[in-house]
Amino acid sequence: MFVTNIEEIAGYNIVEHYGLVQGSTIRAKHAGRDIMAGLKNIVGGELKGYTELLMEARRQATERMVEQAKELGANAVLNVRYSTASVAQGAAEVLAYGTAVKVEAPQQAY
Amino acid sequence: MVESIIVLLALCWPFIFLFITMVIGRVMEKSHYKDIKAREQMFFGKPSVTFKNISDLGQEVESSVLCVGSVVVSVDHFKRFLFGFRKIFGGECHSYSSIIDRGRREALLRMKEDQPGADMYMNCRLETSTISNGAGKAVGCMEITAYSTAIKFKKEIAV
Repeated sequence: MFVTNIEEIAGYNIVEHYGLVQGSTIRAKHAGRDIMAGLKNIVGGELKGYTELLMEARRQATERMVEQAKELGANAVLNVRYSTASVAQGAAEVLAYGTAVKVEAPQQAY
Repeated sequence: MVESIIVLLALCWPFIFLFITMVIGRVMEKSHYKDIKAREQMFFGKPSVTFKNISDLGQEVESSVLCVGSVVVSVDHFKRFLFGFRKIFGGECHSYSSIIDRGRREALLRMKEDQPGADMYMNCRLETSTISNGAGKAVGCMEITAYSTAIKFKKEIAV
């Protein structure tokens, strides 16, 4: 499975388009992490707990997108975009979307 | 004597607290910048570009993989206090721009560390989103994400 955020894959031709595929997940962090982040917020800098949480959410969103592409019979997802939005106080949505296509290596001409 | 010290401490506590957060914040910022600069040196010559077409590069590409890096940052208590004054007069908020700059460079570095073997990072995108604005009891923080396609060039075989 190829996943890229450019519009082509080097050495392959696009033979079929399947349209937009997407995957999303909404995550909230647990209370313990929230308290730690509150303490960290006093001195500033990175909030590691939240970073980990969002990276995990992003991985899952990507997996869901790839899953959807596989169901359609695609073998590549091109032009992938990510976006994050806060849905409620303390919960974030991560969305991944891209175009599912089928790619094939070109036939060699003899 | 002891009582007066206690009373003084009780009155000055918010200021002492501000001072402590300022010192810790400054020290952390300095060490973070040092770390960022050292790591940026390691990735010297492996640029992240916003080109979209492989043909623009003029070299044959062997592989392309998506890579992501993200960081959640928040500003310290002292800077938030300074921002309170800044809001009265307006103008550029230096205290906030430094934290965003740190976050953005860190996110870019993490993106590169995701695929350290690549030669170039194409179609690099930076995205900033506010997770919570810190209203009420909530923790105010924002997330910075960097993502791109890591490109490996075909190595020419020396004859």
